[in-house]
Amino acid sequence: MTTTAPPGPAPRTITAVPTTSRATTRRREHTACAVLMAPFFLLLVVVFLIPVCTAVWLSFFGADQPGLGFGPERTVFVGWRSYAVVFTDPTFLAGLGTILGYCLLYIPLLVVGALALALLLDSGAVRLRSWAQLGLFLPHAVPGIIAAIIWLYLYTPGLSPVVELLARADLTIDFLGARAVLPSIVNIALWSNLGYNMVIFYAALRAVPREIIEASVVDGAGPVRTALRVKTPLIRSSIVVVVLFTLIWALQLFTEPMLLSLSSPMISSRFSPAMYIYDAAFTRNNYGLAAAASVILLLCTIALSYGVTRWSNRAGSRGEA
Amino acid sequence: MSTTELPTALRPRLLGRVVVNIVVGIGVLYTLLPVLWLLLAATKDRDALARSDVLSPGGFSFFSNLADLFREDAGLYGRWYVNSLLYAVLGAAVSALVSVACGYAFDKYRFRHKEKLFGLVLAAVMVPQTVLALPLYLMASGTGLVNTFWAVFIPVLFNPFGVYLGRIFSQGYVPDEVLSAARIDGAGEVAMYARVALPMLVPGLVTVFLFQLTAIWNNFFLPMVMLSDQKLYPVSLGLYTWNSSARVDPDYFPVVITGSLLAVLPLIVAFVLLQRFWRSGLTAGAVK
Repeated sequence: MTTTAPPGPAPRTITAVPTTSRATTRRREHTACAVLMAPFFLLLVVVFLIPVCTAVWLSFFGADQPGLGFGPERTVFVGWRSYAVVFTDPTFLAGLGTILGYCLLYIPLLVVGALALALLLDSGAVRLRSWAQLGLFLPHAVPGIIAAIIWLYLYTPGLSPVVELLARADLTIDFLGARAVLPSIVNIALWSNLGYNMVIFYAALRAVPREIIEASVVDGAGPVRTALRVKTPLIRSSIVVVVLFTLIWALQLFTEPMLLSLSSPMISSRFSPAMYIYDAAFTRNNYGLAAAASVILLLCTIALSYGVTRWSNRAGSRGEA
Repeated sequence: MSTTELPTALRPRLLGRVVVNIVVGIGVLYTLLPVLWLLLAATKDRDALARSDVLSPGGFSFFSNLADLFREDAGLYGRWYVNSLLYAVLGAAVSALVSVACGYAFDKYRFRHKEKLFGLVLAAVMVPQTVLALPLYLMASGTGLVNTFWAVFIPVLFNPFGVYLGRIFSQGYVPDEVLSAARIDGAGEVAMYARVALPMLVPGLVTVFLFQLTAIWNNFFLPMVMLSDQKLYPVSLGLYTWNSSARVDPDYFPVVITGSLLAVLPLIVAFVLLQRFWRSGLTAGAVK
């Protein structure tokens, strides 16, 4: 621009034109950026930030009835009392224990199962590969509550062909009894999510450069060795993402036990932390208690997500070293 | 490799092939059979169901089940279905537009504290819905929105994962040169997004739409907290209520089963119609 500027008084205006126009462009860009982001951030504030802050705030307040419980109810600051109540409540601790057991059973089964299927599909030995993929993915299109309904009926004696078949073989398993109820719930979640996570792993495996696979074959590695020692480490980041999201979802366990609770005496109304929150808030109307339990659940989620990320980063740097 | 070695090298490979196909076949049976059971059970009358023989040909009554389904409780199921479609299709469409626009802005514009703000968006992905339900309920009852369409519709528009995907798609699909060219042509920034960038972002938009469609169609906790009027229920919550009734009144079993079958169809249709989009989207979301 400046090279074409003629001598004389003109340069001042000419150099001024680009700077002002650059400033207006930047301003216009900022306006556009704000316009494009505003709807999302409005939602973020209204349905995310305010509720999270409200939950924290609520957890420090409780309803107090002065005058031996005959006076009008009023909200008072109770400090950490709700947290103390939640942490000393055996039903909440049992709920945490349930979730722990659920995760320990569910996550390894899901990850190993989905990974194994993805590796098998990727091995090239499978016939009708796209049909197999479609069949495995199908449960993802079945809403969680309907998956729970289907399996509930498959667990119910008198309705279920599965129970019928087992009975013919002189096997009686009470799928909703004390010992089987947690595996039964794990089975519903596994059925719903196996194919979806298999597709994620399979997509990641397809992205692995073929030369690496060929190199390992040339080095004399068999198909099993290639799958476990070469392909699996290469899709480590996908595995971490799947573990992370599965963990976050697992902590919210609600739909399946809620539906099964009607049919199984083994599932109380405070079976999982999410059910505990629901029960505290909407059955017992104790908002302070529900909020405290929510905040604890949130902190557990953050801690575990952080833990998984840290663990994967450290394992990753060790693997590369 | 000599020819004498070939048979021994092939034999385990053939065996391996058979084993691989059997294992995958078992996996497919595991995922398909329950859906097949639902399909068959929906064609049976109550007596055939109670005898738990869905395979024998007798007692075919799919069409009378269907009629019963839409007659039960004065046609409540039809209402639930329309509600679900409204919550899910409309909600997912608006949500996808909002999220992808934001993701695009994160990718193409520079401003202060951008990465911190993006970190907030990612943190929101991690926060469980159960934590937000009680405060959202209190806010909704404070503003008089509780037990209305909006109490369920507004919260489901929020999709931080969609913003994350939108940013990735914007990086992949919208080259910066195209935008500079449009700027030189004098296009306004927002108009440029609508006319130039958005058409390029369609595959990303469809992916985010599908993710959110599935999530809203699955949504159970939020409607359960927010709604008490059965006429506003989505299918998921409605079937839950009917299933509770079925514990006392077995007449509800066939309608719950037929209703479940119909409730599965929209997502299957959506996945089949839009499969070339979500396959690429799934990869972008998980691999990066």
